[in-house]
Amino acid sequence: MRQEDETELARRLIAGDPAAFDRFVDHFRAKIFQYSWLMCGHREDAEEVAQDTLLKVFESFAQLREPERVRPWVFRIARNACLMKRRKSVYAPARELSLDELMPARDGEGEGRLQIADWSRLPDAQALDSELHDALGRSIAALPEIYRSVILLRDLEELSTEETAQILDVPEPAVKMRLHRARLAVRQTLDRHLRSRRP
Amino acid sequence: MTCREIFASLSEYIALELPEGACREIEQHLAGCPPCIEFTESLRRTVELCRGYRPAEVPEPLAREARERLEAAYREMLAARADRGSDPQV
Repeated sequence: MRQEDETELARRLIAGDPAAFDRFVDHFRAKIFQYSWLMCGHREDAEEVAQDTLLKVFESFAQLREPERVRPWVFRIARNACLMKRRKSVYAPARELSLDELMPARDGEGEGRLQIADWSRLPDAQALDSELHDALGRSIAALPEIYRSVILLRDLEELSTEETAQILDVPEPAVKMRLHRARLAVRQTLDRHLRSRRP
Repeated sequence: MTCREIFASLSEYIALELPEGACREIEQHLAGCPPCIEFTESLRRTVELCRGYRPAEVPEPLAREARERLEAAYREMLAARADRGSDPQV
């Protein structure tokens, strides 16, 4: 669902439209579940975060001054609900990713050819086979939390840098830096996966 | 500009967020560096794949009790708005 449609849904919800309630719950519950699944890796936690977030959303809906900001507003609540779980991610230990480790290696010494897979025949995300889809999911899940939280909000949820910075309480330059390194790390994992596949 | 400097700025480059001068410098480098073009394309594809990615996992169907709690919270929100005399037709 596009953000414009979510805005319209939020307006109808505030106006008391019962059909909007069902649609809002179904739509955001699935989104929050998938976000918290990728954040913490526990199905039980992800189910609880989705329920806790929606309850908080309805309890505090009056605080949503601008319906067009409903997605970042919901995700800020979801982010806090994830933090309340206080359970360590099952995925990856906290660590910094350096630019150097994310650059492609070169064949041989000095200015040898960069080791990059052939990406030209890769289909789009909807057409990925299950092996590549799983590899993509694992590469996102393997990111340290500070990078994973940014790529989920910026790329998967398509929130802006400003919105992501507000949700995560970090400065915008940090969001940009973490997003870039997260993408480079995912690229590197996929590249290795592609190079290891049979032609 | 070196390849490493290019790598550091590529997300902003592909999002067209760089100042014109920096963008021009990257393009000048890319024009003479096929490996960096290849790398830039692989990063662009990575961003597209991430934007289209959705996990296969979906939540269990919402239990009746859980839905009733949400409906109750929603009704309370509407009632509180009505009590404050706000126009429900937002």
